[in-house]
Amino acid sequence: MSILILAEHDNASIKGATLNTVAAAKAIGGDITVLVAGEACGAAAEAAAKIEGVSKVLVADNAAYGHQLAENVSLLVAELGKDYAYILAPATTNGKNTLPRAAALLDVAQISEIISVESADTFKRPIYAGNVIATVQSSDAIKVITVRTTAFDAVAAEGGSASVEAVASAHDAGNSSYVREEVAKSDRPELTAASIVVSGGRGMQNGDNFAMLYSLADKLGAAVGASRAAVDAGFVPNDMQVGQTGKIVAPGLYIAVGISGAIQHLAGMKDSKVIVAINKDEDAPIFQVADYGLVADLFDAVPELDSSL
Amino acid sequence: MKVLVAVKRVVDYNVKVRPKSDGTGVDLNNVKMAINPFCEIAIEEAVRLKEKGVVTEIVAVSIGAKVCQEQIRTALALGADRGILVETDVEVQPLAIAKLLKAVVDKEEPKMVILGKQAIDGDNNQTGQMLAALTGMSQGTFASEVVVEGDTVTVTREVDSGSQVVKLNLPAVVTTDLRLNEPRYASLPNIMKAKKKPLDTMTPEDLGVDVTPRVTTLKVEPPAERQAGIKVADVAELVDKLKNEAKVI
Repeated sequence: MSILILAEHDNASIKGATLNTVAAAKAIGGDITVLVAGEACGAAAEAAAKIEGVSKVLVADNAAYGHQLAENVSLLVAELGKDYAYILAPATTNGKNTLPRAAALLDVAQISEIISVESADTFKRPIYAGNVIATVQSSDAIKVITVRTTAFDAVAAEGGSASVEAVASAHDAGNSSYVREEVAKSDRPELTAASIVVSGGRGMQNGDNFAMLYSLADKLGAAVGASRAAVDAGFVPNDMQVGQTGKIVAPGLYIAVGISGAIQHLAGMKDSKVIVAINKDEDAPIFQVADYGLVADLFDAVPELDSSL
Repeated sequence: MKVLVAVKRVVDYNVKVRPKSDGTGVDLNNVKMAINPFCEIAIEEAVRLKEKGVVTEIVAVSIGAKVCQEQIRTALALGADRGILVETDVEVQPLAIAKLLKAVVDKEEPKMVILGKQAIDGDNNQTGQMLAALTGMSQGTFASEVVVEGDTVTVTREVDSGSQVVKLNLPAVVTTDLRLNEPRYASLPNIMKAKKKPLDTMTPEDLGVDVTPRVTTLKVEPPAERQAGIKVADVAELVDKLKNEAKVI
């Protein structure tokens, strides 16, 4: 069986989400090809060739794929994907944008955000914001799948030696164009890749108070996240949101500060290995999932924690 | 210009759903149903575009059993002009929904189709992208801002790294994210008026679409429960536990 993976990359490097997706492909089993579609993306393709378990890398280096617009990349994926039994992508905003479009072009269903591989055609995936796990079976000849990255341990980024092959086909649908991107700049690790995450909720009271969390995060080498309540209240920008409708994280340590633990937030972090909750409300639902709960005023506890590290 | 808005009937977002004990499905007996929150945002956006004079007509479409009329009436009360129900008792999956919507698009020829980015029951996040593929339209998914200028629409998209702005030729498909707008409540007079607005019904057969499911749900179950841990007395104990017991710092 052959598996095509649409790589998550920024032309210069391969993103970690690709490594989790390769892990899901290994769980399915088969010959793994990674497609790097971009512009001046040679470095990303070389990095993809080193990923453990990958046998071939296809590089589609063309201006039409420069910003990985779904209209163009989906045409490429549909063209190449015809020859594969599986087409996978990480369930990042990029993967979610492009893969369903490719699936429809191939006239096959997509199975979104799988969390486990049960057999060649059967997978588990969360529905109802993670409150229910469904086991689903596909009857399509080509199985198009997005992968919830936190559910699969990343394979090694080094050690492989795949062949690299250029793909000539340039698809330009000509109906969309990239204008600009506003990337949140930060020296801290990326939320979805960090081994420690410190998150703040409505209890932080305002955006300025997040300075406490930044200080704590810098001591721990952690990323900083937020609950939807904190984002909606305007304390911090939305790319910091952890939850069902934000980012799904599963770090080794998750510290929830002033977060009550709404279902939608829990859906985004409950697979973390160790969860710490600091909240002054001892009945807050977050304590039901926390390994270590501290009932305290965060404005006392966080500075104390910071100074004791 | 004409806008088509798709609306889905789902379990109300405040309801905590549970799998049936035999694992055959989710228990929907006596559960409050509502319009999918992302679809509500889609209607609101269409109504705002109409209030700005950009949009002239809003057509709300729903696909499913007869009861989905309720959600179409809600859309009409919020400002849609007329409704279309594609009535079927089959469990329609995203690809089939996209094909049905494409058939409606072929008839109605809207300049823009606005959908929620996902429904809060299936969490698939596919239909808008699939509809765009089948119609050959451009797509602006996970939108947090939509600006129509002449024959183009500029969409700000919520992406993992922050936000991305794309310019799309019309006709286009737009899918809504949470921060696009805050939907209004329907007023009582508008709810009354909505009852008189036209609502057409058709079937998948009328539209010539095969809606046979491609994916079978074998089982549903609750997620693995996470065991609650312990309460620590103070920061010193927390630091001690994290260092010596969990060994994570």
